[in-house]
Amino acid sequence: MEMVKLTIDGKMVEVEKDTTILKAAKTIGIDIPTLCYFQLKDMNIENRPGGCRICVVEVVGRRNLAPACSTNVSKDMVVNTHSIRVLNARRTVLELILSDHPAECLTCAKSGYCELQTMAQQLGVRELPFQGEQSTYRKDTSPAIIRDVDKCIMCRRCEMMCNDVQTVGALSAVNRGFMAVVAPAFEMNLEKSPCTYCGQCVSVCPTGALTEVDHSRNVINALADPAKTVVVQTAPAVRAALGEEFGLAPGTLVTGKMVAALRRLGFNYVFDTDFAADLTIMEEGSELLDRLTRYLKGDKTVKLPILTSCCPGWVNFFEHNFPDLMDVPSTAKSPQQMFGPIAKEYFGKKLGIDRKNMIVVSIMPCLAKKYECQRDEFKVDGDPDVNYSLSTRELAHLIKFANIDFNSLPDEDFDNPLGESTGAGVIFANTGGVIEAACRTAYELYTGKKLEKVEFNELRGLENIRHATLDFNGLPINIGIAHGLGNARKLLEDVQAGKSLFHAIEIMACPGGCIGGGGQPFHHGDSEIIKQRAAAIYREDVGKPIRKSHENPFIIELYKEFLGKPLGEKSHQLLHTHYFDKSAGTFVDE
Amino acid sequence: MAKIKLSEKKIEELKVVCKSFNNDKGELINVLHSAQSIFGYLPAELQEVIAKELNVSVAHVYGVVTFYSFFTMIPKGEHPISICLGTACYVRGAEKVLEEFKRVLKIQVGETTADGKFSLSCLRCVGACGLAPVVLVGEKVYGRVSPDGVKDIVAEYNN
Repeated sequence: MEMVKLTIDGKMVEVEKDTTILKAAKTIGIDIPTLCYFQLKDMNIENRPGGCRICVVEVVGRRNLAPACSTNVSKDMVVNTHSIRVLNARRTVLELILSDHPAECLTCAKSGYCELQTMAQQLGVRELPFQGEQSTYRKDTSPAIIRDVDKCIMCRRCEMMCNDVQTVGALSAVNRGFMAVVAPAFEMNLEKSPCTYCGQCVSVCPTGALTEVDHSRNVINALADPAKTVVVQTAPAVRAALGEEFGLAPGTLVTGKMVAALRRLGFNYVFDTDFAADLTIMEEGSELLDRLTRYLKGDKTVKLPILTSCCPGWVNFFEHNFPDLMDVPSTAKSPQQMFGPIAKEYFGKKLGIDRKNMIVVSIMPCLAKKYECQRDEFKVDGDPDVNYSLSTRELAHLIKFANIDFNSLPDEDFDNPLGESTGAGVIFANTGGVIEAACRTAYELYTGKKLEKVEFNELRGLENIRHATLDFNGLPINIGIAHGLGNARKLLEDVQAGKSLFHAIEIMACPGGCIGGGGQPFHHGDSEIIKQRAAAIYREDVGKPIRKSHENPFIIELYKEFLGKPLGEKSHQLLHTHYFDKSAGTFVDE
Repeated sequence: MAKIKLSEKKIEELKVVCKSFNNDKGELINVLHSAQSIFGYLPAELQEVIAKELNVSVAHVYGVVTFYSFFTMIPKGEHPISICLGTACYVRGAEKVLEEFKRVLKIQVGETTADGKFSLSCLRCVGACGLAPVVLVGEKVYGRVSPDGVKDIVAEYNN
């Protein structure tokens, strides 16, 4: 590799040719401020439109200032990143960006987490010298995501996520000049677009232009109502990230404190979505074995590969883009939606609580879950199986709101029976985790042998698309894994073309899986945070006394007492679903 | 937005155009030019067809259509009216003529009247500066137009 020597702020540095000034500076501890620039290192995600001009630097011999994020180094280049000319220009650029930005920091949903606010602090902006025309675009509220484009600074990060990474194509920059906004086609509302509510646009938005629909008020009201029994379930990825909101290092597991906090918030029963994840494995794993056995017997009507169906963003994606493949994914509901009917129809009935008086709340790393729990097929006479879904961030706010000193809480245990889970349920949070959990159970059920080593390391990692062949007692099982919807699309196109060699495919909509979900604490482009969360999830798995779903004693009891057997009549009624073709008529009303 | 029915024949014509560009997404602007010359404008339904043909998102197509002022999503009227705002016409009062057209037709520049009869646009110099200010209705040129004459011009086409 050809190396280039240059000087930045008086320091010599040698970097590979084609490195940007921004990255070269970082190698010697110089952190040039950026705003539109965004990167998730090692995950192949980068946004550098060079549009905001915050990262401008002085290159000696060059007439104008150069954007460091999109200017490559050259031999003997001399760069100043904080000369008076640069500092003045940088501050003016920011003042101009702020000139049409609503000064609503006190009440903005993003306050305290906003990168524009942080930049104004960092550059010492103390007054707004330019008063520009203000944008007054309508606010667009979908079931999961709110667009308030008056706060948009046109960094195009959301557009990059939606188009390049997720290949969803819901958002694009439209119009020009001052009228330019990021919007769905024909400036329709998000709800009418092919948006999957994966929330990756929200997770990278530097300002309050894209935020989640906040349901914490509804939850507070439910908790205050003595007539309601309020039950909470927490997704596996939450425990590996919630601590970040309270200053703990990324990857700190806070399962016990989270349970304690939920109890102090007033939830009557603190249960675990991981329990429902174990249940998902029983159903989805059985479905895999059923399809596989029939296929091996020569049944040509069997659809293989089977695709996982626990990720609601992914479900939305194939309903919009691959309606011809709707019989390929498993019919098993997601853990969130399996938990709902089990809580209301089994646990509630056992206690004699009418389902209308039970409120089920889920804590999710996800925004698509907000939409999922509002789907009509998950309601009984208008009563949703899961009433409200809060993001990890909303839970953190709720805990602070209730004056709970999170870090000094003791570790407490989940309630039973819906709080007991196995390591298999925990790893649902990571890309590759669902299929690993399924294989732990499917292997034992298929071969009748005990699985000695439960870790399938070949299924782990952060590569975009992974595949592995597992040995089921002489029968090779081909597994495919994709995280990020753009990667999923590639696997799906193979299935469509009849070229797929896989027996089973796991897909998660978000990069990294649920740990990188749209409802998690903001990572601000630090992929180390996502890696630490993944490692924490695997640690939690190792620490569990039981690590295979079918060995969960409360799952065994649930089948014995209530459900009968996996894929049985009751299961079909409560734990399985069907999908809808959403490909047509997206934009234009009839 | 009410759904409109596009002519099958014209759609086929457009698909041939897309094919001649190898259905390459990099040719979007050229395809849009051809589409506008076939259909006269670029309605939403047409943009959906183009998105599908070139395998890009509808949002992206709409983004390009709204970025370039040449592209329009509004069908031109039966009698497209263009007012020259070139220097010569401008100094001889073209703006007042334009204002009068807007008032009489009750539409803005770039719009079409509800009955589909007239649309209003501006252009820069038709090379007839001696006749300033100049107005075109379809192919017909009107010279030395004053605001008072606007009503008569409109009336000519309203029978």
